[in-house]
Amino acid sequence: MAQYKLVKCTINGKYTETMVDVRASLTDMLRNDYSLTSVKKGCEVGECGACNVLIDGECFNSCIYLAVWADGKNIRTLESLMSPDGELSDIQQAFVEEAAIQCGFCTPGFIMTAVEILESGKEYTDEELRKLLSGHLCRCTGYENIMRAVKKTMLKRLGKSVDKV
Amino acid sequence: MSIGKSEIRVDAFDKACGRAKYTDDLCDKGALVAKILHSTIAHGTVKSIDTSEAEKIDGVVKIVTCFDVPKYYFPTAGHPWSTDPHHQDVADRLLLTDQVKFYGDDVAAVVAENEVAAAQAIRAIKVEYEELPFVLDVDEAMKDGAPQLHEKFKNNILAHTTIRKGDYENAIKEPGLIKFDNWYDTPVVQHCHIENHICYAEMEQGRITVVSSTQIPHIVRRVVGQALGIPWGKVRIVKPYIGGGFGNKQDALYEPLCAYLTTQVGGRLVKLDVSREETFVSNRTRHSIRSHIISWVRPDGTFVARKLECFSNQGAYASHGHSIVAKGAGAFPQLYPCDNVECDAYTVFTNRPVAGAMRGYGIPQAMFAVESDIDSIAAKLGMNPIEFRRKNLMPVGYVDAFSKNENYFDSFNQCIEKGKAYIDFDRKLEEYKNQTGDIRRGIGMAVFWYNTAVWPISLETSSCRMVLNQDGSVQVQLGETEIGQGADTAYAQMTADTLGIAFKDVHVVSSQDTDVTPFGTGAYASRQTYTAGFSIKQTALLLKERILKYAHELTRMPEYNLDLIDGKIVRTTDNRVLMTLGELSTEALYSLSHSEHLTAESTAQIKSNAYSFGCCFAEVEVDIPMCKVKLVDIINVHDCGRLINPALAEAQVHGGMSMGIGYALSEQLIMDSKTGRTLNNNLLDYKLSTFMDHPRLEAQFVENYEPTSAFGTKALGEPPACPVAPAIRNALLNATGVHFNKLPLNPHNLFSRFKEEGLI
Amino acid sequence: MYDMKALYEAESIEHAVKLRVEHPEAQIIAGGSDVLVQMREGRRAGKELISIYMIDEMRGVSLDENEAIRIGSLTSFSHITKNPIIQEHINVLGEAVDMVGGPQIRNIGTIGGNTCNGVTSADSASTLHAWDAIVEITGPNGIRRIPIKEFYIKAGTVDLREGEIQTAIIIPKKAYEGYKGHYIKYGMRNAMEIASTGCSVNCKLSADKKYFEDVRIAYGVAGPVPMRVPSAEEFIKGKEITMENIEGFAKKVLDDIMPRDSWRASKEFRQHIAVVMAKRALIESVKLSGGVI
Repeated sequence: MAQYKLVKCTINGKYTETMVDVRASLTDMLRNDYSLTSVKKGCEVGECGACNVLIDGECFNSCIYLAVWADGKNIRTLESLMSPDGELSDIQQAFVEEAAIQCGFCTPGFIMTAVEILESGKEYTDEELRKLLSGHLCRCTGYENIMRAVKKTMLKRLGKSVDKV
Repeated sequence: MSIGKSEIRVDAFDKACGRAKYTDDLCDKGALVAKILHSTIAHGTVKSIDTSEAEKIDGVVKIVTCFDVPKYYFPTAGHPWSTDPHHQDVADRLLLTDQVKFYGDDVAAVVAENEVAAAQAIRAIKVEYEELPFVLDVDEAMKDGAPQLHEKFKNNILAHTTIRKGDYENAIKEPGLIKFDNWYDTPVVQHCHIENHICYAEMEQGRITVVSSTQIPHIVRRVVGQALGIPWGKVRIVKPYIGGGFGNKQDALYEPLCAYLTTQVGGRLVKLDVSREETFVSNRTRHSIRSHIISWVRPDGTFVARKLECFSNQGAYASHGHSIVAKGAGAFPQLYPCDNVECDAYTVFTNRPVAGAMRGYGIPQAMFAVESDIDSIAAKLGMNPIEFRRKNLMPVGYVDAFSKNENYFDSFNQCIEKGKAYIDFDRKLEEYKNQTGDIRRGIGMAVFWYNTAVWPISLETSSCRMVLNQDGSVQVQLGETEIGQGADTAYAQMTADTLGIAFKDVHVVSSQDTDVTPFGTGAYASRQTYTAGFSIKQTALLLKERILKYAHELTRMPEYNLDLIDGKIVRTTDNRVLMTLGELSTEALYSLSHSEHLTAESTAQIKSNAYSFGCCFAEVEVDIPMCKVKLVDIINVHDCGRLINPALAEAQVHGGMSMGIGYALSEQLIMDSKTGRTLNNNLLDYKLSTFMDHPRLEAQFVENYEPTSAFGTKALGEPPACPVAPAIRNALLNATGVHFNKLPLNPHNLFSRFKEEGLI
Repeated sequence: MYDMKALYEAESIEHAVKLRVEHPEAQIIAGGSDVLVQMREGRRAGKELISIYMIDEMRGVSLDENEAIRIGSLTSFSHITKNPIIQEHINVLGEAVDMVGGPQIRNIGTIGGNTCNGVTSADSASTLHAWDAIVEITGPNGIRRIPIKEFYIKAGTVDLREGEIQTAIIIPKKAYEGYKGHYIKYGMRNAMEIASTGCSVNCKLSADKKYFEDVRIAYGVAGPVPMRVPSAEEFIKGKEITMENIEGFAKKVLDDIMPRDSWRASKEFRQHIAVVMAKRALIESVKLSGGVI
């Protein structure tokens, strides 16, 4: 009875072929088939943002994204950000330095949304940043240091002064 | 020195790259999956359960019902055990029950090969209930003839405690007193840690191992033993990184059931991953408390007599029970000492989801009532709310007879001054008086009272182990858990400074394993840095003594002329470095004449406690026709003693403020009065604050070194959540002149109050 | 893992129609942000799904030969908001769908899904009603186009017949030319929210910007399905732009709307808010149209 489909996609820069149960969410596939533990399960109904990943450059809650839809897509998770020699990316480093991480469960999802924001190359106002980050819930940080980390990295990438964050 | 520096969290790197392992990340993918069948009635008896259809589902391994489980009643509260039966928590839970006490109670469980089969089986089980009338409201539950939840507790009263001081009845006869009489209501809210509770269990050599997202591994071990009726040594609990707790995971949640289920499938690995919907309904919540305050005040603003009655809605089972409202009631006569006080605190069972511990443990409820009341009285007396507080607040030198806590410093005024200056309070208070128009601004503040840890109400103990490595670095193990607050980092800082080695050379073992971690009761009561501080200092000094003793053997120098500084053995008479700690420890391990593994382990029992004070100032903008409050600016100021790690302390305050903002403005679990069902059991309908609901959060500190503490530190984990709601409520009063006595200050409540007051 | 009986993946519109005919019991899934959630809850557990998500020909915004705006049903909310055609001609729609959930939901959620689920709270629906949108439906017998008002039959039910799928939403030139509008979403928080009430207003002013030539207003959650408010529209048409007239217009909405009591909000509260929203949305629309108030 079980129904399977071969999904061909790129995960963190690597071409993959995965035979998936059509009932699987993309969260299921990334966690179970690829041990990508940064993809967290917080609600499984698209309300908390913990399972957020980038698909073709846009953020999606992978819990409500069918694994079969990943066919032909370019998927990126938090695991892709570290450089080959083990150096953290600027946004990860900013989360570390700004004490934007507490329990750490919302962190991967937030960082991936930050990646989408940063890759736009635009400078956003605080209000715009808050809206762009509003698809994630966090109970530990009050969002304050996450805001600082994202804003600091945005300004740095734009070559602007980061004194007033 | 590391203490006082904003060291980077020891777990930050791993968490920033998604590599830190939480419970689900560790569980083997081949685990069987357990799911729970929850009751669909609020009160009644399970007459029969038909599992025949469910058993036919492919992949179902085992179904257990309330009729199958052993009848060992157990308590769930994450309190230290008491060997005195009179002080033990109420044991009123079974693994599964046929006596349903709330909508969402646990009736049966399925173990299956996969989650789909488990979910299908749950839906296919047919339960026949005999329904009983149910009661959700405390007033109703206390009436004669109300539905009774627990036989032993007449009128559903779990406990009623009193405080009496002076002579209230006589004192109120003084002529010229002004009487204030107000009621305050707080809602049921939920912790909403982003990682739901999850655990998995399996058996090895006849023992059960449970890996769980918990704050209290050593306590859970005891509760699992009690629930299964097995020796506690047969149970091993492992606690990996957890995605937040906030008190919900300061209870034994489903670890006992999961442990039982593995015994029912031959010890095979069983995972019980609780859904968000179950987290809201079938874990724990914050107690809704109704408070009645009567104050008798002289025209000059001094209190003559005060009375507090509070009624705490426990929900269906005792969990942490009366300790929550008792803490709030205990704060009442201390925060504004008054010669004549009467307090009556009641905890009452109702057919609601179970209330337990949640950040602040009764104090957010108490502070909403007390601090709202203070501003309402000040407003009616025409006094400045801060001046009114200053007339009555706990004075410097005050000592509480029970806890022996002393108010050593002028913390309240120091904190208030900082908050006032930041937000420009005095000017705005005047400017915002008597506004008209649709959009108005308001400013408000509140203070709070808090204790550190649980002594003398309960045991305070912490054990620590330190193990020296060949390179001079040290492992540290404690039972006090890292739950996101940054405890591991603070421990590393304390160890480094006490021992005399670098922060980077301290390796805190983050995970607890009750087989190997020294005994400690876990993370709660804002006790971590205070309580663990004692055992860290004691153990580090013990290890240092052993190191210097060994150094004496190697250097022939007397121990009193040696010290361990920056990881080096130093002769203090001339400050000459004699060897590094790495050289010493390598020699100690491999010495052919005297080999010794240098370690230390000790237990500190703590018989002190410490006040932790502070305040919140908030500015709001109110859109009257739209019935909305927008928080414009907010600051919390805390005196939590010496800051071990300023950046992490600040982050901790942000999180508490955020929880306070949600409590003030939007959060509330709603139960259907017709069925008892929780209506908004998800993160869409339950209004947790989002990124867009906050202004910038400002956190400041006053650092008065706490004299009773090992490192000068005291409570900070819970306090930030305590003063926020009344500060926002008082800002709304300043903006509109409307006294709000009920949380949350959401559009529904604003609409009804504005209508009553004729503003809309 | 979702409790799904079977999944049929449509590769084209034609294929989707064929699958619909072959599997009449199956539920269509576009972005899935509603369907999958309901499946997880158990409400749609064990059902068959027809996924149309991979049909790229149903994505995108274009102007057709009559300068009507055509929005493919699978166009995501975020793509609608960022689209230059939308921004130029009917920016309020982009603003409205930019208030759905949060950013990730706006990337997966589609305007087709938002309208086909037939719920009154859909953020796109009131604006589409207020702009006289046309729904394009493709079925075994070809294409039919109906006004959005007729597309909604009752709560949770839309006019999709056997074998049919919604393929586009069209806003004719006469519906948008010269109009400017504003949408207000009333929620209990500022993100990740379902509208307690949504109000979309647009207007066309006289050449001298002193009179209302036309005003259209629609609500979500003021009745079982999204609705227009003819009484208020009739009241204000041709009237001078004054605060008194705008307030009269706002009060007039109570003649038509029929919100209900629920645990989410009381009827009385929704009525009160509806009036405030009507007033504010019209004032904003006047300003956007170059009028002065």
